[in-house]
Amino acid sequence: MISNRSFMLRLAFWSLARRRSRLLAALVGVALGAVILLGMVTLCYDLPRQLSQEFRAYGANLALAGLGSGRMSLLDLAKARELLPKDSLVGLTAFRYESTRNRLRPYTAVGVDFDQVKKTSPFWRVTGQWPKEPGDLLVGSDIALGTDLKEGAYATIDGRNDKQERYEKDFRIVGTVTTGGVEDGFIFMSLADMETMTSTPGVADLAEVSLRLDSESLKQKAALIKEKIPNIEARLVTRVTDSETNILGKLTYLVYLVALIVLALTMICVATTMMTVVLERRKEIGLKKALGAESWRVGREFLAEGILIGLLGGFFGSLGGLIFARVVAQSVFGRALTPHLYLIPLTMLVMVLVTVVACRAPVKRAAAVEPALVLRGE
Amino acid sequence: MNALSDKHILEIFNVSKIYGSVVALNNISLAVPQGQWLAIMGPSGSGKTTLMNIIGCLDTPSEGKVLLDDLNLGNLSHSGLTAIRRESIGLIFQEFHLISYLTALENVMVAQYYHSLVDEVEALEALARVGLRERAKHLPKQLSGGEQQRVCIARALINHPKLILADEPTGNLDEANENLVMDILRQLRDQGSTIIVVTHAQEVAARAERVIVLEHGRLVQDKLNDKVNSDSLEPSSEVA
Repeated sequence: MISNRSFMLRLAFWSLARRRSRLLAALVGVALGAVILLGMVTLCYDLPRQLSQEFRAYGANLALAGLGSGRMSLLDLAKARELLPKDSLVGLTAFRYESTRNRLRPYTAVGVDFDQVKKTSPFWRVTGQWPKEPGDLLVGSDIALGTDLKEGAYATIDGRNDKQERYEKDFRIVGTVTTGGVEDGFIFMSLADMETMTSTPGVADLAEVSLRLDSESLKQKAALIKEKIPNIEARLVTRVTDSETNILGKLTYLVYLVALIVLALTMICVATTMMTVVLERRKEIGLKKALGAESWRVGREFLAEGILIGLLGGFFGSLGGLIFARVVAQSVFGRALTPHLYLIPLTMLVMVLVTVVACRAPVKRAAAVEPALVLRGE
Repeated sequence: MNALSDKHILEIFNVSKIYGSVVALNNISLAVPQGQWLAIMGPSGSGKTTLMNIIGCLDTPSEGKVLLDDLNLGNLSHSGLTAIRRESIGLIFQEFHLISYLTALENVMVAQYYHSLVDEVEALEALARVGLRERAKHLPKQLSGGEQQRVCIARALINHPKLILADEPTGNLDEANENLVMDILRQLRDQGSTIIVVTHAQEVAARAERVIVLEHGRLVQDKLNDKVNSDSLEPSSEVA
């Protein structure tokens, strides 16, 4: 004895297995839908991670400063750095600003760590060389344009420190920097040179931090720094984080929209195929009804076939989707992708639901077949 | 030969079937005793298939009453008629109507599936009765016309129907296969089955105990064959 449920599944299986051309058409439709769906969703999950690296080219996304108008100590800054996740930290640059002069003309001099600047501000364009040695100076392009402070020249920078003590130091200009921003009007030296020149070590006015984190995680980190180091104020660089959030949101929306369209197309494909199947098999349906099958049983059999197509197409399509996402991530972002295997059963479930919905009209049509008419060829 | 029962398995009272302005059946009355082999004859368009469909619960009459095993088919819903087809009627078709992607055995099992429970052993026995046990695992396209018709007969018999309806069962067969199929029907009749065969062929009708003839939807002849398997068909009565 074979149970009726098992025989129904066997009927559905035989129908698909022994009519491979029709199975193939429906399977390809469902599988392609699953490929795009799983591929898109996987990319969508990975998009923030993949794109955050790209966004770091637009500069830092977290700024640290001393509380009020005061400066912050480099010691506190080092403590803040410890609170940041190392694997997400692209760079941290401390900036120290001083009002200086050269031949009685005022200039804002900035002391920085040039190695870190390259990481937090990759958009800086330097002609000539980056400062490497003590006494090397980088001038903003606006200054280089309007004065004789140009690459290769020597400059004496002087001023007064916080204690109003006069200082003076000679520098060699090794390059010109262009950012298109306020930096073009500044002169840059290493933080060590700035500390030696002013005889005021261990302080900074600002620190720019570049982190591979989304805005929510950044907010959490900022709050943590504020909590742990009360002398430091941490805030998001909103022009960067807002743009990031905005672009990611739109991309995610676009990806989900494409996935939705693909699902709709898959549904149309399956519905069309199943409708063709019903039309092709009108005689078989008529015969089954003539043998005493109720309409709902005939409908259930077609539904079982649809579910099998959904399961099989969903499974093979999911595997294809993982490969698709991997290839796209590699070719577009140049990085490997983390496969989310739990998406496979989820995709299969979605494809089964899609085929069930797509089978509604064909099943209704199958149920309406009049056996007497089709058996005599009408 | 099987002795006819007094009980009527089928009774038809003043049945008409009208499609628009076309009268397919016109006031037909007929009673078929249990165990009888009845042949329905007539030219194309005479209403044979319509009558067959009404008896087989595939269609309903416009007027009149049909009793199958004392059950008034007119009182039954669509699903009720489906249940009667499933429980009481075995259908044999001229074009066999086997499901192409199922083997001979599975085609027989389909009828079991819709009736009650699938039993492979019983289905194999049904195929053995029509001499096709060895061909059980073959698909219809691997079978000859005669073999396909025998599978169709096995499928019709599997649920032990009260009535076997055969629509031109030998219409697509050569003479050898025709004889084979008719022998099987004769055996069924000998075992007590009631058989109604729609046919154009005099040779097929000659094997039946009783022959009715339809013309333009009217029953014009109702006669008993004196001797089953006789070659001649002598009219025993005529209906105006």
